Amino acid sequence: MSAVADTHAQDHHHGPAKGITRWLLTTNHKDIGSMYLIFSFAMFLLGGSMAMVIRAELFQPGLQIVEPEFFNQMTTMHGLTMVFGAVMPAFVGLANWMLPLMVGAPDMALPRMNNWSFWLLPAAFLMLVSTLFMQGGAPNFGWTFYAPLSTTYGPPSTTFFIFAIHIMGVSSIMGAINVIATILNMRAPGMTLMKMPLFVWTWLITAFLLIAVMPVLAGVVTMMLMDINFGTSFFDAAGGGDPVLFQHVFWFFGHPEVYIMILPAFGVVSHIIPAFARKKLFGYASMVYAVGAIALLSFLVWAHHMFTVGIPIFGQLFFMYATMLIAVPTGVKVFNWVATMFRGSMTFEAPMLFSVAFVILFTIGGFSGLMLAIAPADFQYHDTYFVVAHFHYVLVPGAIFGIFAAAYYWLPKWTGTMYDETLAKTHFWLSFIGMNLAFFPMHFLGLAGMPRRIPDYALQFADFNMISSIGAFMFGVTQLLFLFIVVKCARGHGEKAAAKPWEGAEGLEWTVPSPAPYHTFATPPEVK
Amino acid sequence: MHVHVKRAGALIAGTLLSAPALADWTMNMSPGVTETSNQVFDLHMTILWICVVIGVVVFGVMFWSIFAHRKSKGHQPAHFHENTVVEILWTIIPFAILVIMAIPATATLVDMYDTTEAEVDIKVTGYQWRWRYEYLENPGTEGDPEFGFFSNLSTSRDEIYNRMDKNENYLLDVDNPMVVPVGKKVRLLLTANDVIHSWWVPEFAIKKDAIPGFINEVWFKVDEPGIYRGQCTELCGKDHGFMPVVVEAVPEEEYTQWAANLREAAEKERELTQKDWTLEELVERGEGVYATSCAACHGDDGSGGGPFPSLRGTPVVTEDIDAHMDIVVNGVSGTAMQAFGSQLSEADLAAVITYERNAWGNNTGEMVTPKEVFDYKNQ
Repeated sequence: MSAVADTHAQDHHHGPAKGITRWLLTTNHKDIGSMYLIFSFAMFLLGGSMAMVIRAELFQPGLQIVEPEFFNQMTTMHGLTMVFGAVMPAFVGLANWMLPLMVGAPDMALPRMNNWSFWLLPAAFLMLVSTLFMQGGAPNFGWTFYAPLSTTYGPPSTTFFIFAIHIMGVSSIMGAINVIATILNMRAPGMTLMKMPLFVWTWLITAFLLIAVMPVLAGVVTMMLMDINFGTSFFDAAGGGDPVLFQHVFWFFGHPEVYIMILPAFGVVSHIIPAFARKKLFGYASMVYAVGAIALLSFLVWAHHMFTVGIPIFGQLFFMYATMLIAVPTGVKVFNWVATMFRGSMTFEAPMLFSVAFVILFTIGGFSGLMLAIAPADFQYHDTYFVVAHFHYVLVPGAIFGIFAAAYYWLPKWTGTMYDETLAKTHFWLSFIGMNLAFFPMHFLGLAGMPRRIPDYALQFADFNMISSIGAFMFGVTQLLFLFIVVKCARGHGEKAAAKPWEGAEGLEWTVPSPAPYHTFATPPEVK
Repeated sequence: MHVHVKRAGALIAGTLLSAPALADWTMNMSPGVTETSNQVFDLHMTILWICVVIGVVVFGVMFWSIFAHRKSKGHQPAHFHENTVVEILWTIIPFAILVIMAIPATATLVDMYDTTEAEVDIKVTGYQWRWRYEYLENPGTEGDPEFGFFSNLSTSRDEIYNRMDKNENYLLDVDNPMVVPVGKKVRLLLTANDVIHSWWVPEFAIKKDAIPGFINEVWFKVDEPGIYRGQCTELCGKDHGFMPVVVEAVPEEEYTQWAANLREAAEKERELTQKDWTLEELVERGEGVYATSCAACHGDDGSGGGPFPSLRGTPVVTEDIDAHMDIVVNGVSGTAMQAFGSQLSEADLAAVITYERNAWGNNTGEMVTPKEVFDYKNQ
């Protein structure tokens, strides 16, 4: 397919504005995508620093560095920052940059709303982070903020936490509307749904999940707000309410939320593996149906986070069976990625390294997830480090490595410069080793009996905790290398990038020059 | 190079040697000491092995492919990109494996939910940050009064703050463990006083949330005598990591004797309400009560801190004694100050109020008798 000559000549007078106004008022999907990515990386470093405090305290038994009250604030804020500040905005950033390019559209469907979706986030996080400095401290009840610990027993800053969540929710919902409107209305002629790239499919489905569940999150935090400030008893038994109601509503949001955090990564990996194996993705149709099945099933499994609250047995059995079922479409995807690699002609540049590690390590996270699904066994795993190991395996080598893979894959397109491959491989290997040292021992700790969210532990847990902390420090420091690599590349210190720097890559984004011009596809391309 | 090896060796040695001698490398859960825990262990091992086998196969194919199907080896890419038969197979086979797994899991769960025909009933209440165990009338026996006690962490703050060496059961020791008879079905009724807690003993494979305002049921039957340790497993505030669960399973005769002793002690405690107490006796008893029930929030020296008020020379402990009693007995609604009236005996309540009014230089010389507390509670 030929790239239509860019109609830059017509709008050369509409080049980007100068100075800070450019960034405050931009409606350009590339600018907004970059802002989301930079914001998310800053939040990743912030959330990572909190993790460093946690792992420093857990390096040895005893309380050495922080008091339990502050430790609880760190675990809470680490979770909130990573989920809402790092992973979700990063995927929205990738969506903003890549969706219009991939479907041959000039921008997102609703560019002004796009700007507001972004700028709500720094405002929300300013509020959330400021709670650390308020009287009574920051939220300290875990990122899952169960009532009544978060209502009757929460610090004064809880109301600000709720407000910040509302703002983030508005941002996510508006972003999701934009994604759906863009994908359904602005595809180039000839691009039927079943010809869309996988990243577009996964984001289309993720956007529907967001619209379905972010309002539920808004509902549960509003009920919290009412209980705290207006004398209601949604979650207070004394007033006729039920703390477990909180958990049902929260996890009805929470489970689809974790799929929101992984489906875009599935999309990224489905681009990169075919590109670096020089072989088409195996089973395109099944890959699409599998994502759809996972999304649908994700609404039916929420109470597997609640196996110990005392749900009647038929409820337990239903949620156990439904949860086990999700392994089937997820397994199909893993098999298809492997089948794509099989008998390909592979090279292992940084995007491929991160993608292959994704397949292996996310699958390990999936295995521990399958174990957790077995309800009677879950009584032993629930609220222990086994769960912490599980979700860090699906989130770190899952979502985060997916984001790194995407960044390395598309940096040449964004900046016009090839990143430093040697440094990138170093970043990969140090992250891989650090991450495994940090989180694999947590499986053992959980099985040996160590609960979650404790600042100090019994002596038999000391050795693995020390190894885990060392791995965490290693992983954390390595991310500064990534910062260096990105900045170096963005400043043009590297080889010039071709329009298509990756031999096996496919997609409309590779038909425009590198760096991508400020305005692309003013006229839509033809898709065969 | 030599220097680096030496340094690495020193670093590793220092790291390993400084780890406490009692740390270990346990990688798996224990089969435990009940029939249920053994069933759970079997389920765990089965699903683990299934995952290992699938992992070995899938990763094996991947690693082979990474090795053999590289461009640098000159391998040319194949052109296939779908195969319906294979896709159907690798959908149906995993589905079948899951069904096979679900059957024993269902059987074990059904068994764990059957709390009927228990021989001992214990009400477990989660508090911030300790457990309370109250033994209910044995089913089938008439007229036995209930008795109960709190189970507090007994590890000292000195150990936690690294001023003293940590003992073997660091953070897993309590003053009063739950005692149960071996070989009898014990049913627990779980609830909470404030926030959600969770009661867990790994060697019984029993974990259930303790939810304020609701009652959960769980049962276990211990096959072997011994001491079994677990922890609270639901974040419940600042000392979530400091409220262990300790169960001592003893032969039936020993249990019966222990229960009889405690029933008698509970009776004596009720009689203490009537006795005449001196100020010194109350203060001495109150010091112990303060340490277990109040120091966690108000500090070892009464100075409080953060949201917890100071008790050193402040109006609550030096002025109106009835107001002081009201706060201790009824708590302060909307704060973390619990209503200790339902938790402590009249003797303990009188003692701790008297202690607070006379310790740390407060020296009011005032005292409250258990009888006064009893009357106050029943007015």
